[in-house]
Amino acid sequence: MHRNHISEQEVSMLLNDVLERYGYDFTEYAHASINRRVNHLFQADRFPSFAEFRYRIISDAGYALRFVEEITVNVTEMFRDPQFYYALRQQVLPVLATYPLIRIWHAGCSTGEEVYSFAILLKEAGLLHKSVIYATDINTSVLEKGRTGIFPLSQMQQYSRNYMEAGGLEDFSSYYTANYEYAKFRQDLGGKIIFSPHNLVTDGSFNEFQLIICRNVLIYFNKTLQDKVLRLFCDSLEPLGFLALGSKESLNFTSVSAQFRQLDGREKIWRKHHL
Amino acid sequence: MSMATASRVVLIGGSAGGLQAILTLLPGLSSRMNAAVIIVLHRQSRTDSMLAELLSAKTTLPVHEAEEKEPLLPGAIYIAPGDYHLLVETDHTLSLDYSEKIHFSRPSIDVTFSSAAAVFGEDTMAVLLSGANSDGVEGLADVHEAGGITMVQDPETATVDFMPRHAIQTVPVDHVLAADVMASFINNFAGVLAG
Repeated sequence: MHRNHISEQEVSMLLNDVLERYGYDFTEYAHASINRRVNHLFQADRFPSFAEFRYRIISDAGYALRFVEEITVNVTEMFRDPQFYYALRQQVLPVLATYPLIRIWHAGCSTGEEVYSFAILLKEAGLLHKSVIYATDINTSVLEKGRTGIFPLSQMQQYSRNYMEAGGLEDFSSYYTANYEYAKFRQDLGGKIIFSPHNLVTDGSFNEFQLIICRNVLIYFNKTLQDKVLRLFCDSLEPLGFLALGSKESLNFTSVSAQFRQLDGREKIWRKHHL
Repeated sequence: MSMATASRVVLIGGSAGGLQAILTLLPGLSSRMNAAVIIVLHRQSRTDSMLAELLSAKTTLPVHEAEEKEPLLPGAIYIAPGDYHLLVETDHTLSLDYSEKIHFSRPSIDVTFSSAAAVFGEDTMAVLLSGANSDGVEGLADVHEAGGITMVQDPETATVDFMPRHAIQTVPVDHVLAADVMASFINNFAGVLAG
């Protein structure tokens, strides 16, 4: 079982190359996960040596883009952790309903399954027509997938179960049309979503929101970067706005924790203080 | 406030039938063991809160579900959370990962074993228990390659023997043991806390 590995030092050389040449900064990502993904790509693309891998990344901008896309995690599903969506429906939507225009930022949205999930919640609460959802990710090719609103039909059974557990009352299949192996989600859902590239590490705030959703992105960052991104979220939220994170993420022991109060229940949803 | 992190780690991975083996070996672990213990068990993610409770009842060592970025402390037992991979960082902290399932599993035993081996090297002991799939075998190979100790449940005593059998056929295994005699080997490797 002898495998070709590249060392953590070599990985950090590559990350420095990618930063200097292309401006993508992965140097403050948690090492273990990025190390594993870089190694996976190295093996999948069958490079005979580290030197050749590095040369390709430095000299071929197209390949460098593949590198960036492959080392960022893009695993997602609709209504992931149904109880989280149930809590949004019960505790957050009634507050959002009081605004004339609802602005939502879904950061690190990947291929968009969770964005469409939230659009369905808004639709069912009668709020979608006055909402704008900015769905952003560092990875432009996943955004392209999200923009199409087309997902594998094979997933719909699981998604339908998630939707029911999240308190959904409709027939889930009424939200898409099935065509061969794919489900295309309704135009009225996607019409309120703006997919756009945004890099949480290097880009700043671009609006003020009442809700920011960012699920399972911070787990890939080190503490310093987590703090920096949380401050960006804090600055991008209106007073009394909501911040929603992944099920294992927390604001405890971060530099913004004093500015938020967690909602009742087990879900990772916080509300920003007044002032 | 800074506490010294563990200098040795004991990894325990199991799939179908693995929980039974863990419940058998836990009571034998020394309450003064000087290594961090990480448990990766395949299961339905919904049973999470009960699992820590269930294991706590079998040992005096503190047991809890691993949290993002928490340090690995000697004498503590960490459980990989349901539906996340658990990785060990160079600074002896833990990090979570929601990437693709490995061998249809998240958490994956391979992911935790391999990342821990890269950090702890020969101070790693990895134990693979009962199970029906191939997860953990590659991780064991990495532990062996890094100079650590590999231990596999005796297939004759495992509820499901596929995983231990496959491991023994594929990887150099240092010990093949029934679950009820594993604890003394683990205690011996882990050493005793000072004081």
